[in-house]
Amino acid sequence: MNLRGIWAVFRKEFRENLRDRRTLLSALVFGPVISPILVAGLVQFTISHAETQSDENISVSVSHAQNAPNLVDYLTARGVDVVKVNFDEAAARAAVAKQTHKIILEIPADFGARLQQGQPAPVVLYSDSSRGFERRGARRVRALVSNYGIEIAQLRFLARGVDPISVLPISVQEIDVSTPTGRSVLVLNMMTYLVLLSMLLGGLYLAIDATAGERERGSLEVLLTSPVPRQNLIYGKIAAAGSYMLISLVLTVTMFSVAMSFVGLEQLGITANLGPAAAMQLIACCAPVILFGSAYLTIISAFAKTYREAQTYLQLVITIPTLPLIFAGMLGLQPKLGLMFVPFLSQHLLMTTVVRAEEIVPLHMVVSVVSTLVYGAVLTYIAGRLYRREALLG
Amino acid sequence: MLEARDLYKSFGKIAAVRGVSFTARDGQITGLLGPNGAGKSTTLRMLYTVLKPEAGDAFIDGTSVTADPLAARKAIGVLSHGAGVYNNLTARENIAYFGELHGLTRTDREARAAELIEMLDMQSFADRRAKGFSQGQKLKTALARALVHRPRNVLLDEPTNGLDVMAVRNLRKLLGQLRDAGHCVLFSSHVMQEVEQLCDEVVVINDGQVVAAGPLAEIRARAGNSQLEDAFVSLMHGNDAGSGAPK
Repeated sequence: MNLRGIWAVFRKEFRENLRDRRTLLSALVFGPVISPILVAGLVQFTISHAETQSDENISVSVSHAQNAPNLVDYLTARGVDVVKVNFDEAAARAAVAKQTHKIILEIPADFGARLQQGQPAPVVLYSDSSRGFERRGARRVRALVSNYGIEIAQLRFLARGVDPISVLPISVQEIDVSTPTGRSVLVLNMMTYLVLLSMLLGGLYLAIDATAGERERGSLEVLLTSPVPRQNLIYGKIAAAGSYMLISLVLTVTMFSVAMSFVGLEQLGITANLGPAAAMQLIACCAPVILFGSAYLTIISAFAKTYREAQTYLQLVITIPTLPLIFAGMLGLQPKLGLMFVPFLSQHLLMTTVVRAEEIVPLHMVVSVVSTLVYGAVLTYIAGRLYRREALLG
Repeated sequence: MLEARDLYKSFGKIAAVRGVSFTARDGQITGLLGPNGAGKSTTLRMLYTVLKPEAGDAFIDGTSVTADPLAARKAIGVLSHGAGVYNNLTARENIAYFGELHGLTRTDREARAAELIEMLDMQSFADRRAKGFSQGQKLKTALARALVHRPRNVLLDEPTNGLDVMAVRNLRKLLGQLRDAGHCVLFSSHVMQEVEQLCDEVVVINDGQVVAAGPLAEIRARAGNSQLEDAFVSLMHGNDAGSGAPK
C-alpha cells in the first residue's frame, strides 16, 4: 500500500489548524471546558436544591385558621410556617395562580362541628402542581394533615376501648434498593453524551476546513496536481481531524474528572468512579470511535461546496451518532453483546459501566473496539473513493 | 514538452472541449488564447491531470496523463486559477509543504524554498502568514509553490488576473527567465497584450476547438492583420467577438 503524502498532509493540517482560532476554541475550549463545568454546576445545583428541601420550613397559608386551631398548632409544631389568611374559593384560586400564596389550606366553617359529630371533615388544599417545588410542599402538607387525621382516629378508638394497632392491619416498609451509583444514571447519561459530542466537535472545524474550505480557497486544485495518490490526501486529513478529536476527548474526560471531584456527589447518594484510573479507561473505551467520527465528518463536508454549506450540514449531522444514546437513556438499555456492534452506543454503555464502578465484560470491550474500528476503516475507504472522483472539484 | 492530442471533455450536456490538439515546446512560452468559456481552463486541467479526458490523451514529456497521472504530475508545476494559498501557513511553509508532497527531503525543500524566495524577491513577507497577503504576494507564493520541485513544464491558468501593473511586469520577467532556462511554459489568458508581449507560440481556442495555432507572426499573417487583436476577432468569425474582446 502506497502511504506517500499521508504524513505530510497530516502534519500540515495539524499545524495549520493549531493556528486557527475557531478550530482551537471548538477543540480545546467549548467541549472540554464548558460542558464539564455545566454538568458539575447542574449537579451541584441539584444537590443544594435537594438539601434545602427537607430542611427548610415550608410556608402554608391557612384560610380561616380559627376553624381548626388544633390542626394549625399541629402543623406549626412540625415545621410549617402558617400564615393566616381569609380567602373564599375564588380568592384562593387567584392567589395560587398569581403565586402570591403558593400553598393554601382552606378550612371550612363546619370543620369543628363535623369533627365533633364524627363525620368526615373536609379541608381544601390549593397548589400549582406544575411547579415542582410547590408540588413537594403540597405533598408534605397533605401527609401532615392525614397523619393528624390518623392520630384523631387512634384517639377515638382508644376512647371506645379498641387497641388502635388492630386497625392498622398492614404496615408498609419501604426499602429503596437502588445503589447510590445506580441512582446517578441520569447524570452519567448526560456526561457520556457530552464526552462523545465534545469529541466530535473537536474535529469538526478541521474536517470542514480541510475539505470544503480547501476547495473554497482554491488550493484544492493545486493539491490534486501533486504526485500523491488522491485517497492519501484525504487519509491525511482524516488523521488530522482524528488527532484533534483525540485531544478533545482526553481534555474533556480529564476536565470531567477534575470538575466532578469538586462536586459533593456523595450528598446526592451518587458515588461515581471518576478517578485517574477510570479516566484512562473512559478514554480507552472512546478512542476507537475517533476513526469513525472523523471519517464520517470528513465525508459529509467533502460533499459541501463551501465552508458555510459544510457548517450547515454538520451542525445537524453531528447529532445523528448521538441519537442511540438518547434512546438508550429513555429505554434504560443495559450493556448487551448485540448493542456492542452499534458505534457510539457501545462506547456510551462501556463508559457508563466504568463510571458505575462495575466490571466490563471483556468480550463486550473486544466487540466494541473491533466493530467500531471496522466501520471506521470502511468509512475511510469510502472517503478515499470519493476523493478520487472528479466531481470533487465542484 | 506538453502535447495535447485530440482532447474531448464535456460537463453534462455542455461540450467544453471538442478535439483540442497542440504542442508546447521546451524553451518557449506558449499562450492559450480564447474568450471566456472557450475551454482554456478545461484543457489546462486535463493537461495537469485534475480532469480526465473523455477521449484523446495528453503527454507530459512523453508520459501519458491518463495512463500514469502520478508520473506526469512530477514533471509539471501548476499555478491554478485563483492561486489559493493556505492562509494560516507562512509563504515559506506553503512552499515547503508542496516540496514535501513532491517527495523532497527536509533539507532539500528548505534550501529550495530559500532559493525561490530569493529568486521571486519574497524576503519581506516570506515568514508572515498568508492571511493578509496582497494579490501579488499570493501569486508569488503560489508560483514558488509550483516551482518547488524544479518541474520542466510550468502551466499557469490566467496568472495575471487581479494583478497590478508592477506585478504583471515581474511575472513577465520571471516567465522569460523560465523560458531561457529551457522550461516549457504554457499559460492561458484572454488578454491580448499579455499574449503579444510574452508568447513565442499562440494557440487560439474558441468554442472548445483550436481555431489557429503557431508562431505569433504566422497567426497575424494568416488573419491578414498586423494587430493580434484584429486577428483574434477575425478568427472568432465575429460570432463570439463581443464576449471575447479584451476590455
